[in-house]
Amino acid sequence: MSTTYLLRGVAPQGGDRTDVRVEDGVVVAVGADASADGATVVDGDGLVLLPGLVDLHTHLREPGREDAETVASGTRAAAAGGFTAVHAMANTSPTQDTAGVVEQVWRLGRDAGWVDVRPVGAVTVGLAGERLAELQAMARSAAAVRVFSDDGKCVHDPVLMRRALEYVKAFDGVIAQHAQEPRLTEGAQMHEGVVSAELGLAGWPAVAEEAIIARDVLLAEHVGSRLHVCHLSTAGSVEIIRWAKARGIAVTAEVTPHHLLLTDDLVRGYDPRYKVNPPLRTAEDVEAVRAGLEDGTIDVVATDHAPHTREDKDCEWAAAAFGMTGLETALPVVQATMVDTGRLTWADVARVLSATPARIGRVPGQGRPIAVGEPANLTLVDPAARRTVVPERQATASVNSPFAGTELPGAVVATFLRGRATVLDGALVDAPAGVRA
Amino acid sequence: MRHLLSAGDLTRDEAVLVLDTAAQMAATQGREIKKLPTLRGRTVVNLFFEDSTRTRISFETAAKRLSADVINFSAKGSSVSKGESLKDTALTLQAMGADAVVVRHPASGAPHTLAHAGWTHGAVVNAGDGTHQHPTQALLDAFTLRRHLVGDGGRADATGRDLAGAHVAIVGDVLHSRVARSNVQLLHTLGARVTLVAPPTLVPVGAHAWTADVSYDLDETLATGPDAVMMLRVQRERMSSAGGGFFPSPLEYTRAYGLDGRRLAVLPDHAVVMHPGPMNRGLEISADAADSPRAVIVEQVANGVAVRMAVLYLLLAAGEPRTAPAAGSGRDEARTGVRTDETRVHA
Repeated sequence: MSTTYLLRGVAPQGGDRTDVRVEDGVVVAVGADASADGATVVDGDGLVLLPGLVDLHTHLREPGREDAETVASGTRAAAAGGFTAVHAMANTSPTQDTAGVVEQVWRLGRDAGWVDVRPVGAVTVGLAGERLAELQAMARSAAAVRVFSDDGKCVHDPVLMRRALEYVKAFDGVIAQHAQEPRLTEGAQMHEGVVSAELGLAGWPAVAEEAIIARDVLLAEHVGSRLHVCHLSTAGSVEIIRWAKARGIAVTAEVTPHHLLLTDDLVRGYDPRYKVNPPLRTAEDVEAVRAGLEDGTIDVVATDHAPHTREDKDCEWAAAAFGMTGLETALPVVQATMVDTGRLTWADVARVLSATPARIGRVPGQGRPIAVGEPANLTLVDPAARRTVVPERQATASVNSPFAGTELPGAVVATFLRGRATVLDGALVDAPAGVRA
Repeated sequence: MRHLLSAGDLTRDEAVLVLDTAAQMAATQGREIKKLPTLRGRTVVNLFFEDSTRTRISFETAAKRLSADVINFSAKGSSVSKGESLKDTALTLQAMGADAVVVRHPASGAPHTLAHAGWTHGAVVNAGDGTHQHPTQALLDAFTLRRHLVGDGGRADATGRDLAGAHVAIVGDVLHSRVARSNVQLLHTLGARVTLVAPPTLVPVGAHAWTADVSYDLDETLATGPDAVMMLRVQRERMSSAGGGFFPSPLEYTRAYGLDGRRLAVLPDHAVVMHPGPMNRGLEISADAADSPRAVIVEQVANGVAVRMAVLYLLLAAGEPRTAPAAGSGRDEARTGVRTDETRVHA
C-alpha cells in the first residue's frame, strides 16, 4: 500500500514553498530534487506542511467505555485532526495499570492503523493513589510506556509522588501529573470566582491546582527527576512553571486548546458541554496561558480529548461528566488563538504540537524535522480555510464539543503516517484494518 | 416573562408588577370564598426533586386558589435521582400537557436546563435550585418588606413603589443560600441596600462582585440601624469536618451571629425580623427573637401564597403587554391594566 507522493508547492513549517517527495514511508527528497516520477501529486499551493501532530493527552475510552469512543474511532478522529501519534490515557476499565492492558490498547491502535497509539500507564494501581502500579513492567512491555499518569485523579500523597518520580528514572519515564488537590476540590463543579458565586456551583479554586504544581516541581528538583504537568489552566500555574524553569527544574507543561479559548463565563447557561476538568477559568487566566505558550513556559498543547456519551451530558450540570472532545479542533483553535494573533509561527506550532510532545513521550520517529531520510509523518494544513464545527460530522464517536457551531480557521488537508495517507483531500482514507506502511 | 428562573432576570418594573399583582391577590384572600377562576383548565405541576413541604404546599395552594389543576410529582427517594431522569420526567410532563412546571431541585441550574433544553414547552418556575436561586422567596420577602417599610408602614397604598432607601441585613450561611443570592439581586433591583453578615468561611469567594456590602460583625451591622434583619438557616452539620468545618461549634456561631433578645433591642422601632424557615431555634435565632412582635416570619408564609399566585397568574394568564412591560411611559398603563383586569375578574 505504499504510495509515492509528491507534495507540490508546500510551505514546510510555514517557510518557503518547496516540493517534498515521500516514498516507502520516508521523505526522500526536498526541493529541486523532488521529482514527480511515478508519484501521486498533491497540490500544496498555499498549504503549510507540519510534522505529524503528537497528542500527549487523549482519552480513547477503550477498554471499558466503548459507548463513548473506541481506539478505532478515536484514532480516526486523531488522523482527521492531523495527528500521527496519540497518548492514550490510563483511566480505562480495566485501568491501564498492567503490562497486559497497555499492550492490549497498543495492539488495538496498531491494528486500527490510523496513528501510533502510545498508552499511558497508571501511576498507581486502579488510579487509587495508594500504591505504585508495576511501572517497569509497562515500560518493558511491547507498548514501551514512557508516560505515566493517574489523569483524572491527582497523585496527591507526597511520598507516593516522590517515589513515582524517582522510580521512572530507571527507564527514562516521566510522571504526568493531574494537579488537583482533592480536599480543596470536593464536590467542585466549576472555577471558583465571581461566576461560581453567582451560579451557586461549588467552586474549584485555582490554588487547588497551583499548590500541587508548586509541591511537585520542588519534589522533582529534590530527586532530580523530570515532571510533566497536565493541562495547566491558571495564571498562577504559569507563574510557578516559569519560576521552576528559571531554577533549572526539568519540568514541562501542557495547555489544552479549550483553556486557550474559553472562559468560565460560558457556564452561565449551565450547558454541560462546558463542564471540564480542570474547569474553564477567567479571561485573565486565558491570557496567561497564551502568554506562557508564547514565551515557551508552556511546552506543548495537548487536547485532553474526552469523549462522553449523550446521556452523560444531556442533563443538569451537577450530574454531567467532566470533559470535552478536542482532537479535530485542536489545530484550528491553536491557529485562531496563537497563529492568527501573531503569537506563534507555524514552526512554533510544529514545536508545541509535534516535536516537544514526541520528545516528552519519547516517541520514536515522531515529531521529527521535515528532512530527507526522516519518517514521513506529516500533516498538510490549509490555513486559509474556515469551517464551522459540526460535532455530528466529526470522526469521534461522541458529540460533546464545546466548539459546536463555532467557525474556526484552518483545515487538515492531508495526514501521512509513515508515508501512507490517512487523510487526503480533507477526507479520511479508509484502508483495510491492520495495513501499515 | 416566559419563565421565572432567577431573581436577577427581573427588571425593576417587572418585580414591582409582581408585587402589585400579589397585593391584589392578597386582597382576595381575606374573603370567605378565596378561590378565583383565573387558571381554570390549566395544569400546574409541582416537580420536587428535594423535600420541601412548605414550599410545595405554598405553590399548591396558590395554584388551587387560581383554580388550576395541580399535580404533585415528588421525585425524591424514587429510582429517579440523576440527569436523564430530569429529561425523561420533563418529557413525560410535557406529554401530559403541563402549562407550568414548578421545580425544586438539589442541582444548581436544573430549572435553567429544564427551561432551555427543549424538554418542555410549559413555563418553568424555579422553586429553589441547589445553592443558586429561590426567586419566589425573594419576591415574597420583598412583598413583606414593602408592606412594612413603604407607604407609612402599610397604612398607605404602596402600589407601584419599590424599596428605595431601605437597608436590609441578611445574616448567616450566605455561601450555601439560594435565598441570599435571590434577595441580593432582587433587593438591589428594587433600590434597597443589602449588607450580608456572616463568618468569612460562609461568604463565597467572588461575592465582592455582588451588589451588597459584606460584614463579618453582626453587632456592628445592627448598630447601623437596618430596617430589616433577615436570618438564614444554618445547618448544624456545616460545623463538622465532613460538613466542611465552616465554624468551630454551634455555640460559637450563636454567640457571634445569632439573633437574640439583646441584639433585637438594638434595632430601630420600625425594623422587622425575617426568616425564610424552617428555623433552627437557638442556633441562628432565639425564641425571643422569633416570637417577638417584630418578627414577620408567619406573615412571610402567608405572603408566599399571594406572591406565587401572582407569579403563576403573570406567567400563564396575563397578556404580552402586561408580562413584558415596554420601556418608557407605557409601563404604568400596563400595570394599571392588570389591576383593572384583576378587579374585574375577581370582583
